[in-house]
Amino acid sequence: MILDGKAPTGKIQDSWDKHRFDSLKLVNPANKRKYKILVVGTGLAGGSAAATLAELGYQVEAFCYQDSPRRAHSIAAQGGINAAKAYPNDGDSIYRLFYDTIKGGDFRAREADVWRLSQVSNNIIDQCVAQGVPFARDYAGYLDNRSFGGAQVSRTFYARGQTGQQLLLGAYSALSRQIGLGTVKMFARTEMLDLVVVDGEAKGITVRDLVTGEIRTHVGDAVVLATGGYMNVFYLSTNAMGCSATAIWKAHKKGAYLANPCYTQIHPTCIPQAGDYQSKLTLMSESLRNDGRIWVPKKKEDCGKLPSEIPEADRDYYLERKYPSYGNLAPRDIASRAAKEQCDEGRGVGPGGRGVYLDFSDSIARLGESTIRERYGNLFEMYERITDENAYQRPMRIYPAPHYAMGGLWVDYNLQSNIPGLFVLGEANFSVHGANRLGASALMQGLADGYFVIPYTIANYLAQTKPGKVKSDHPECTRSIAEVKAERDRFLSVNGKRTVTEFTREVGVLMWNNVGMARTKQSLTEALQKLPAIREEFWKNVKVSGSGDELNQQLENAGRTADFIEFAELLARDALHREESCGGHFRVEHQYPDGEAMRDDANFSYAAAWEFKGTGQAQELHKEPLKFENIHLAVRSYK
Amino acid sequence: MSAHATEHGTMNIKLIVWRQPARDKPGRFETYEAKNITPHHSFLEMLDVVNEDLIKAGKDPIAFDHDCREGICGMCSAVVNGVPHGGQERTTLCQLHMRKFKDGDAIYLEPWRARAFPILRDLIVDRTALDKLIQVAGFVSCHTGGVPDGNAILVGKPEADYAMDAAACIGCGACVAACPNGAAMLFAGAKVAQLAELPQGQVEAPQRVAAMVKAMADQGFGNCSNHYECEAACPKGIEVKFIARLNREFTKALCQEKIGAISTTTAASGD
Amino acid sequence: MRLLSDSIGRKVVMAITGLLMVLFVVGHLLGNLSIFAGADGINTYAAKLQALPLLVWATRIVMGAAVLFHLVISIQITLENNQANPTAYAVDRRLRATFAGKNMIWTGLLLGGFILFHLFHFTVRSVPGLEIVQVHDALGRADVFAMVSAAFGKLVTAAVYVIAMLMLYLHLSHGIQSTFQSLGLNNSKTMPGFAKFGGVLSVIFLLGYGAIPVAIFFGLLAK
Ligand SMILES: Cc1cc2nc3c(=O)[nH]c(=O)nc-3n(C[C@H](O)[C@H](O)[C@H](O)COP(=O)(O)OP(=O)(O)OC[C@H]3O[C@@H](n4cnc5c(N)ncnc54)[C@H](O)[C@@H]3O)c2cc1C
Ligand code: HEM
Ligand code: HEM
Ligand code: SF4
Ligand code: F3S
Ligand code: FES
Repeated sequence: MILDGKAPTGKIQDSWDKHRFDSLKLVNPANKRKYKILVVGTGLAGGSAAATLAELGYQVEAFCYQDSPRRAHSIAAQGGINAAKAYPNDGDSIYRLFYDTIKGGDFRAREADVWRLSQVSNNIIDQCVAQGVPFARDYAGYLDNRSFGGAQVSRTFYARGQTGQQLLLGAYSALSRQIGLGTVKMFARTEMLDLVVVDGEAKGITVRDLVTGEIRTHVGDAVVLATGGYMNVFYLSTNAMGCSATAIWKAHKKGAYLANPCYTQIHPTCIPQAGDYQSKLTLMSESLRNDGRIWVPKKKEDCGKLPSEIPEADRDYYLERKYPSYGNLAPRDIASRAAKEQCDEGRGVGPGGRGVYLDFSDSIARLGESTIRERYGNLFEMYERITDENAYQRPMRIYPAPHYAMGGLWVDYNLQSNIPGLFVLGEANFSVHGANRLGASALMQGLADGYFVIPYTIANYLAQTKPGKVKSDHPECTRSIAEVKAERDRFLSVNGKRTVTEFTREVGVLMWNNVGMARTKQSLTEALQKLPAIREEFWKNVKVSGSGDELNQQLENAGRTADFIEFAELLARDALHREESCGGHFRVEHQYPDGEAMRDDANFSYAAAWEFKGTGQAQELHKEPLKFENIHLAVRSYK
Repeated sequence: MSAHATEHGTMNIKLIVWRQPARDKPGRFETYEAKNITPHHSFLEMLDVVNEDLIKAGKDPIAFDHDCREGICGMCSAVVNGVPHGGQERTTLCQLHMRKFKDGDAIYLEPWRARAFPILRDLIVDRTALDKLIQVAGFVSCHTGGVPDGNAILVGKPEADYAMDAAACIGCGACVAACPNGAAMLFAGAKVAQLAELPQGQVEAPQRVAAMVKAMADQGFGNCSNHYECEAACPKGIEVKFIARLNREFTKALCQEKIGAISTTTAASGD
Repeated sequence: MRLLSDSIGRKVVMAITGLLMVLFVVGHLLGNLSIFAGADGINTYAAKLQALPLLVWATRIVMGAAVLFHLVISIQITLENNQANPTAYAVDRRLRATFAGKNMIWTGLLLGGFILFHLFHFTVRSVPGLEIVQVHDALGRADVFAMVSAAFGKLVTAAVYVIAMLMLYLHLSHGIQSTFQSLGLNNSKTMPGFAKFGGVLSVIFLLGYGAIPVAIFFGLLAK
């Protein structure tokens, strides 16, 4: 089936304004309070959406699995948030941000969506300032900017190394205000485990209260999913432990199309894994690459030596060698792949040979230790806390790590999935980043979706539907509860020999090795063979103790892992079908002689949206063709 | 200092852990052995190891809160040998590493203890009382849309830095857990100070401080006796100068109200 | 907002009343030190004070109120605080809280007891067993010197006073710096200064007041 993204046509500059006026209906203020909207997820996307919708007058119920909406993983973003303010007068514009995002995404995103994002980016900064977000300021009191990868202008706003935290706390405070006013009912420690679809429309969710274990349905007139990314399918990632695919996977099983799951971003500068017990990877800001030089020993036998014992002549500064003009600042995907290549060839350093050096000795000699300390002191501190190594004295070790999911539930221009009434925001949808996300653009997207897009587009749906159509005793609700309970009981009844974590890790390692940074037909086929076996083994041999009527973290993990195992298959299938390399999806078979990703625009210039056809069965592929009318398709080059 | 984890010896640790099945059930200490822990294990990874053993032995694993495991979400929370987060300067529990312990050490692990934080299970407590403080007044009452350009509100660098110092709080509640009075003054002070320092937040400053102080009492937090334990335990280096700021804002608002210059009952809180 | 029931309102009252009492203790110490100038010194001082009944009574009223508010609120908030933090940790390890800070209520109550005793002792002069017969010196003034010397000649009395002064020291070693924080005058720059000031002042009280019973008991004070 050919999918229609319902993007407005005509001049892109006017597209959003015209669409709002021509195509989007409004809900009369007096009627708004009759509608109830369920918002799942309280990160930047969900938190801002819930607050804004409640302020508009809708009844809102919001959900998150953590103990407080303030802890969504948006909190961890360090670097910053982009906006086309052009305050530094350095040539930025909405058009340039639009262009950079399309190009950075390797021409795999919808133009109109990206335009809108760029347009509202400026409102986001204003909004956050008004909320009291303490953005960095210069001495005259004006907002300060920094530059970030993939852009030639300085458009990134930041609050020390805690931008995500401060933006989230801004959204959280707006949300809290509404909770205090009684317009939002907050359900923390509550996990969505199913979507309730009635007559083809999303009308509710089934959740488990993570404290009491109660399983119940909440019904509403529309459902908004803003549940973040799925990168924990690789087990070790920069995501929080609780990040999962569960919400989008359950929606997928109820009919929502999942788009481009193979677009996964691997971040080049993370602290390497130290041992098998390790539970997550920690990101070090990319800005380190501004002053650090990346190298590995030329000779394998040198890998075990102390870095200081390896003479200059025996070091391979491979990024500088292969990409002379960008050098250590090559884009994320290129830098990541190059590092893995070196390690795979046996020149990696540190535990398990999973690491390359990021060396500051030249910068320290040039600028002095105090300058480096001023720029990166907190990162060096964090590095030392984790590795016990002093990076002023010896090079840091870094390694790529799974970081961001460009893929997600398919949505049209109105952020509505193919199920009417189901809207998807933030990292959970597939919309604006194409095959690769630029630094500092995810925060922008989350807040754009929540503050400035969904309030308009959801009204259009609600205006055409009667409030309160479905009550919580609807047979679909009863059925959904029964399904969720059955799955819970199944986890508890297997009583096998292996712990949930063992399975999570097994899937993750397989995915990392076979479906990670460099994918081949063979590695993907192998993954697709092994995954069903893991799934079967899981249901035969998993061990979950305790009961369902209590706080039971094993049970929570079991559910997330079961969904990851199923989701992993789709990810691999998508990667296998996409016979090209683009952005975060690199197929070894499709590269230029110099190792650059080789896109195939003739055959793959579309979003791949997959429809669920039953567990263990291949999904059906629907294509949404991508048209580029404003920006010409071109080959990315960072040489 | 050696290069790799594998070169370190491993250690065995005795853990004395508070186990409590549910909110209103009695709890007690249980002793466990954490075996073959390397210095590179984080504290929570050490607990993971213990839990895997417990699960395999058919026992209930130790329930503990955690999420980001990189010191920013504020979810992790346990008292290690009497000190919330373990007492390493500016370090959350998830960032504490086992190299700070020795083979054979005995470690007492307990949940945050304060009346405002009921225990839900083992090391997990309910911290919604902190959310409640924000819900009454921890915000600027601005609407989405219709706000001025970001640069229309100038904020001096020192003020922006001060506000950021206060805003760095991760809401973990260690300050409450550490306070001999179970007070939330550091948490509340940081929020009040952040917003009172910025022009955006100054308009509502008197109402905010009035509502926050009342909410702290309603939520069952104690009073401050200036013990400064909170500052010492805070993993984000939030300073007690923000409690002084809270006191100052309170006194200022009280005086303003007493002379009839303002009213704090038409609250920003919306109650 | 209410001064006498909001948490921080009461804190401010504690700080102000505490500070008033500290001021009294300063003045009282300065006056009392005149004893080191011999009988003439302190008796002159006492007579001069007696001649200012307005000042004396104003002080009495203000201080009486201060003690009362300080006492009642301190008991209230201590009970509240104990309730807010009902269970102790298995390991009692504190990073910053001091012995003095943790025991404010006890040192305070002992001080309160001392003040009561002290008033009955030297002002009302009706402590059973320690009755004092008013004597007059050569100039016909009340002989405070004689009264005090007689009292501190006894080990028990001198010891009671010395112990009370230790309580005062403990109470104020936490209390003085604490008032600056309570009144919102602290920041990270001034904090160490206030702490030092409180520490020094409370030591001065300990030494200054403590010297009187000690000196008299050991007969170091010439008439
Ligand atoms: C370490 C790190 C650094 C980053 N740095 C940057 C940066 O500098 N700039 C930038 O632009 N981007 C950055 N990103 C990316 C960016 O932070 C995220 O993409 C973005 O914050 C996602 O926001 P979100 O609202 O979509 O999801 P999240 O913030 O992840 O929120 C998900 C919400 O959904 C809830 N949820 C999930 N599943 C369920 C369920 N089943 N039931 C109920 N609730 C559920 C969670 O409780 C949570 O509230 C970074 C990401 C990481 C991991
Ligand atoms: C009458 C008996 C007294 C009792 C029961 C008492 C009790 C207390 C208590 C419990 C506190 C701590 C309050 C808190 O938790 O914040 C306190 C503080 C204080 N007390 Fe007393 N006290 C008494 C007498 C005195 C006297 C005689 C003085 C001075 C000479 C004094 C000076 C102070 C000061 C300066 C503080 C610090 C106030 C602050 O923290 O702001 N107190 N007292
Ligand atoms: C060694 C220490 C002290 C000595 C020798 C001392 C001595 C005296 C004397 C001689 C009087 C006057 C009695 C009279 O002639 O009416 C007096 C009064 C008083 N003292 Fe002290 N004192 C000491 C410490 C203190 C302390 C530490 C406090 C308070 C904390 C205190 C509080 C008072 C009060 C409240 C009065 C009553 C004043 C009045 O008449 O209104 N004294 N003291
Ligand atoms: S002030 Fe510090 S200890 Fe208290 S909640 Fe905030 S970060 Fe945690
Ligand atoms: S420890 Fe408690 S007493 Fe006050 S200074 Fe901190 S809140
Ligand atoms: S787990 Fe997030 S701060 Fe520790």
